[in-house]
Amino acid sequence: MAYVFFGYFAGVIALTAVLVVALRNPVYSALSLLVMFFHVAGLYVTLRAEFLFAVQLMVYAGAILIFYLFAVMFLTEKTPDRYHIQSWGSLLIGGAIIVEVVVLIGQHGISFGSSVARTAAPSPSEEGNTESIGQLLYTSYLFPFEVASLILLVAMIGAVVLSKKDLPEVPPS
Amino acid sequence: MTAFSPSDLLLLLPELLVIAAACVVLVLDPVLPSHLKDGLAWLSLGTLAVCMGLISSQMGHPASAFGGMVAIDMYACFWKLLLCAVAGLTVLLSYSYLKEERLYFSEYYAFVLLSLCGMMVMVSATDLLAIYLGTELMSLSLYVLAGLKRTEPRSLEASAKYFVLGAFSSGILLYGISLLYGATGSTRLPAIADAVAGRSLDDPLLLFATILLAVGFAFKLAVVPFHMWTPDVYQGAPTSVTAFMAVASKAASFGAFLRVFAEGLSGLRTDWSMIFLLLCIATLVLGNVVALVQTNVKRMLAYSSIAHAGYALIGVVATGRMGASGDSAHGISSVLLYLALYTFMTFGAFAIVAMLRKGSLEGEEIEDFTGLAKRQPVAALLMLLFMVSLAGIPPTAGFIGKFYVFMAAVEAGMTWLAVLALVFAAVSAYYYLRLVLVMYMREPASITADSPRLVLSPTLSIVLACAVAGVVIFGIYPDPLIQLAAQATLPLK
Repeated sequence: MAYVFFGYFAGVIALTAVLVVALRNPVYSALSLLVMFFHVAGLYVTLRAEFLFAVQLMVYAGAILIFYLFAVMFLTEKTPDRYHIQSWGSLLIGGAIIVEVVVLIGQHGISFGSSVARTAAPSPSEEGNTESIGQLLYTSYLFPFEVASLILLVAMIGAVVLSKKDLPEVPPS
Repeated sequence: MTAFSPSDLLLLLPELLVIAAACVVLVLDPVLPSHLKDGLAWLSLGTLAVCMGLISSQMGHPASAFGGMVAIDMYACFWKLLLCAVAGLTVLLSYSYLKEERLYFSEYYAFVLLSLCGMMVMVSATDLLAIYLGTELMSLSLYVLAGLKRTEPRSLEASAKYFVLGAFSSGILLYGISLLYGATGSTRLPAIADAVAGRSLDDPLLLFATILLAVGFAFKLAVVPFHMWTPDVYQGAPTSVTAFMAVASKAASFGAFLRVFAEGLSGLRTDWSMIFLLLCIATLVLGNVVALVQTNVKRMLAYSSIAHAGYALIGVVATGRMGASGDSAHGISSVLLYLALYTFMTFGAFAIVAMLRKGSLEGEEIEDFTGLAKRQPVAALLMLLFMVSLAGIPPTAGFIGKFYVFMAAVEAGMTWLAVLALVFAAVSAYYYLRLVLVMYMREPASITADSPRLVLSPTLSIVLACAVAGVVIFGIYPDPLIQLAAQATLPLK
């Protein structure tokens, strides 16, 4: 059963990811990106990571995609066709890299399985994923959490400083 | 698990003080009457002085806080002391520079302090997650600082370019960190070192993780071929910010970079020293050769800072080559020494460029230095000293730094690398001394009211005095700094 769900989500993710770059209308691209985000969130559910699921929906599907759409709508009117031109050189380089990847995998095979650390295996605790993340965040990972809060402070003030209208022109006498 | 105790906060007192000062500056800025706003610069400076005192008192008492997330060892204290000193010099330089440029943002000092806090986290964290967040804190503040000359398109371009490339490189760094976590099961450097011991880069996951980490850090260090952003950003940013970026952000990045690779990935040291050997040679060649054709002093100094990252990388490569024997400490301490000495000369050179004014503009073209020796002999003499030191000519600090880095290479059995670096140091002498030639040998066209001159102020005099003292004193009597750098090395497994 789990494989069926994984197959569905993975298949749709691969399909919509291709559509994001293949579609010509940027709004359609953004929408297929939205579908992809939803299915990635679904993948997290199958992994029993409900916190990541919620974050994926809120941050990516909610916030980031809205910004994409804003940007697309502001820019589409004047978008010249030059963004739709692909040079043949890039095809050559891309093709070379694909051939290289195929050759390398053919020679060595994919052996990621043996090198992945066993200790890192996720262990869903009884009280649920969200609660244990909260526990960790405010105990073992308190320090990075506080640094992250400073980053948000800098981002907020930085945005205000760089965009505020009236520049302080008067010298502090 | 005991997560933390109040005594952990005491250990982090320097960082907390810096954050508190930044917040006070931010809050007081809008409410203070304009004639008191200068006080905010003095407040920042006072805080930094107190921090330096605190950090020196922490030296020799190694401790760790937040369950091994942060280490307060000699290595961290060395970098923190250096970074606080550079931030103090930046505040002093900015005090006069911001007035000349008519940039009246008091938030400026808050961003310098917050950026400093990020750097202090970078050099003391022993957890990849904290190192990454420290890097972000530093970079975000610098993106804003680079774009503060808002009326000038070049400054905004610098900020945007720095932001896009910085975000991109952070992504690569984070990708490397996540793969390393997948391969080792931990983000703590000691645990990673245990997990990596005995494995090699034949392991595809470790290979990808190491390469991505190396690329991510190479962006921050501005090492060829990941240096593209440096000249444009250094040229466009306000010069006081450029000085801060060229010195402090490079030192902090080296601090975090060395800790990750020497402490966390020491099991792979023969492999990563190969990667950095290639980067090092490319950096030495390209940085020095491209600097030859620059006509703008800020761009020339940008390429020179790229080249200097190459010299410091020699010490890193030597560390990797020397293996676990006691000698490898020489490699690390030579990098610490090099960056400490590089600080004085580069900061001094940028301070002069910042305060050489042409009317209301900055005199940042090499042409603007024409005949400076006739008009302001002292300024020309100071610039001469910094240039000679950057070129690495004895008896200046630059020579001592290069000498120890080259010695580390020789000890590691790479005499050819030292010889190559020496050849390119000779190349670099050409562009450094060209500026000296312009200052001393060429007659100024005509002395008019707005011919470029160094605008002196008490704060600038202090900055220049510190820089010159560093260049001359450590050039003649480097022992104390060498001792300090030798004590501050990391234990390698």
